[in-house]
Amino acid sequence: MIHHYLGPVEPWFQLTAALVLAWAMMFYPMLAIWTNERYKKWPMHRYVFWFAGVIVAGASLVGPLADAAHTSFSAHMTGHLLLGMLAPLLLLHGKPLTLVMRGLPTKPARKLSRVMNSRFIALASHPVSTSFLNFGGLFILYRTDLFVWMHQSTWVYALVHIHILLAGYVFTWSILYTDLTTHRHSFRLRAAVLIVAFAGHKVLAKSLYTMPPAGVTTSDGEMGALIMYYGGDVIDLVVIVLFCYSWYKATAPGRIARAV
Amino acid sequence: MEKAEQSSTEKISSNLDKRNFWAGLLFGIGLMAFIDEVIFHQLLQWHHFYDLATPQIGILADGLLNSFAWFAAIGGLFMFADLRRRQALRMRYWIGSILIGAGAFQLFDGIIDHKVFRIHQVRYQVELWPYDLSWNLFGAALLIAGIILAKSAKERRSA
Repeated sequence: MIHHYLGPVEPWFQLTAALVLAWAMMFYPMLAIWTNERYKKWPMHRYVFWFAGVIVAGASLVGPLADAAHTSFSAHMTGHLLLGMLAPLLLLHGKPLTLVMRGLPTKPARKLSRVMNSRFIALASHPVSTSFLNFGGLFILYRTDLFVWMHQSTWVYALVHIHILLAGYVFTWSILYTDLTTHRHSFRLRAAVLIVAFAGHKVLAKSLYTMPPAGVTTSDGEMGALIMYYGGDVIDLVVIVLFCYSWYKATAPGRIARAV
Repeated sequence: MEKAEQSSTEKISSNLDKRNFWAGLLFGIGLMAFIDEVIFHQLLQWHHFYDLATPQIGILADGLLNSFAWFAAIGGLFMFADLRRRQALRMRYWIGSILIGAGAFQLFDGIIDHKVFRIHQVRYQVELWPYDLSWNLFGAALLIAGIILAKSAKERRSA
């Protein structure tokens, strides 16, 4: 139970989120079908990943779970696992960037490719930066007053949730090169970052177990921390398997080694 | 020319030997951590998720160790698959390495985690020392068995 001094989220947020998600659901297949005329058929499983990702993100932003997250820390944590870890993993496998590249005319596509190759993206998409963005953000959310502000202002609430989805996405993308990737790093570096980042996740979960954020009761805080710890483990497992499988494919004997 | 070729194939085969060791070691570490989690944390519930005596540094070390072990279990299995694909698997040596990894983890957990960092104890509300002793003896036995097996596998190979 989170105390009632926290105000409710104003309805405009859920409405906007629902609109954006609906737009993502419509625009993706439109673009895929439209580009099918010129390129290879866009595979079915990517639509499935994309839709699943949008639905999972939607479940944590709009509807009963999002409402429950206002009074229950466990519900809040379940929502965050969905929004920050599972949704990014699913969305990434829809390969949205590849699709956008496919759909853009040559000139803007070149521009986008220049941006992707820029030094800024090289720095921002480095696994170390993305893990700071992702897990550092979580430490700030739970270990400062941000958690309370988030429940008092809908704007802060919106920013925090957009950050969680995007940071989770960029992090997953910087570890698994499923979609287009411009700046590649070795398996060893990414493995090290992955291990340290998930260690940070576990440490934070244990620290929440003993010291829940302001306004959260002990038992609710403990439950939420356990959800964070073990739920994180499950998604972590999937990420590691995908990561190791990409290593397994890349090091196949008789295969000419690609860059990294 | 021929000599150079021979030494390069030797190098490759010794690299693959080393990989047998690492594949087994990593999988052993991960396997033991997994057994620890399933049996002692979840099924028996002897280990506590957190006990109030744990210092901050202990939580940090435990997080790193568990995160590493999780990765090692899976990475080790993929390395095993890679060795099979290259037909370079040496079963005996690999199993010996698993035991070494598992025993080393058990000992590390028993001495560093439980005693130095005091993350949690084997069991609560009981006389602790028999548990600690058997915990560490079991780890040491695994480790020694692993070393013996790995050595015998090496000797067999060179004989």
